[in-house]
Amino acid sequence: MIIPPLAAESIFHLGNFAITNSYINSTIVVLIFLVVGFLVKRGFSKQKDNAPRGFLNFVESLVELLLSYMDKVTHGRDKSIKFLPIVGTLFFFILVSNWMGILPGIGSIGIWQVHQGEVELIPMFRPANADLNMTLAMALFVVTASHFLGIAAIGFFKYANKFIKLGDLWHAFKTLNPITILTAFIEFFVGFIEIISEVAKVLSLSLRLFGNIFAGEVLLTVIGSLIAFFVPLPFIALELLVGVVQALVFAMLTLAYLTVATTEMHSHAKRDTEDIEPTPAF
Amino acid sequence: MDAETMTTLAKAIAIAVGGAMPALGIGLIGAKAMESIGRNPEAADKLFVPMLLGMAFAEAIAIYALVVTFTL
Repeated sequence: MIIPPLAAESIFHLGNFAITNSYINSTIVVLIFLVVGFLVKRGFSKQKDNAPRGFLNFVESLVELLLSYMDKVTHGRDKSIKFLPIVGTLFFFILVSNWMGILPGIGSIGIWQVHQGEVELIPMFRPANADLNMTLAMALFVVTASHFLGIAAIGFFKYANKFIKLGDLWHAFKTLNPITILTAFIEFFVGFIEIISEVAKVLSLSLRLFGNIFAGEVLLTVIGSLIAFFVPLPFIALELLVGVVQALVFAMLTLAYLTVATTEMHSHAKRDTEDIEPTPAF
Repeated sequence: MDAETMTTLAKAIAIAVGGAMPALGIGLIGAKAMESIGRNPEAADKLFVPMLLGMAFAEAIAIYALVVTFTL
């Protein structure tokens, strides 16, 4: 039994660029998406009346389902459609790569390589999200995109006022009410905590996905090496569930961050219950 | 107790407390969601996404504890 190591292993090198086993898996997922996207595009342009059939119908129902879930967070179909490209892509990419991780052969088919002086079996495939680089890249993209979209939606100075609340402080001083000024000072420092929470968002998004998928891979390896037949089946079913839940959590958190970033804050008088993590309004 | 033992103990306490409290929070969220579904079964669809988001935010604390444990 070889328990998968924490970092993805490189299979071969293209120049200086190490191709890891996770990278192979994510490339396969991207290729699947290219093919499916091409087929769907061709199907929709060929379609005569406005009624999709077969596979197109399935794809359309998936998009509809996703949109109906997104509406519960954004409270508006136009905003859901605006964020669908980011959130939907992430959701389906994570879902497909998670589910690919429990296919037979992933983590078990490999090549023998000399690794730290010993000959070891290096798996050819490893779930794409069992590599921290992958999830970190997605989390960084999400948080950066939320900032850029926030600036684009409500303007730079209003957006900056969410973190460095000099504007609110100035408005509070103009009222000359000591309680308001005190509240504004406290909120000024809460703004700095918000900056830290932006970094924490990246950490928690990436580590949650990585931890769940990597732990699932280790669990399946251990159970599969204990008893090969029938006993791993419930664990595989569990991994199916974990795969879809983690994809949903990542996508919904992405959507929540995007929604919070692009929503204008209320004036400071109304905003008395605010916690550190910006929870979206449901 | 020497420094190394203390570090190991600190790591253990960090992940134990940092794991137990979010677990309690997630359990409470799940319990309340189940209770609400029991009271009003039609609300199950509406509850699912907010429940999941609440659980994710509670789980984030456990992840911070894990990061702290690794950096200790």
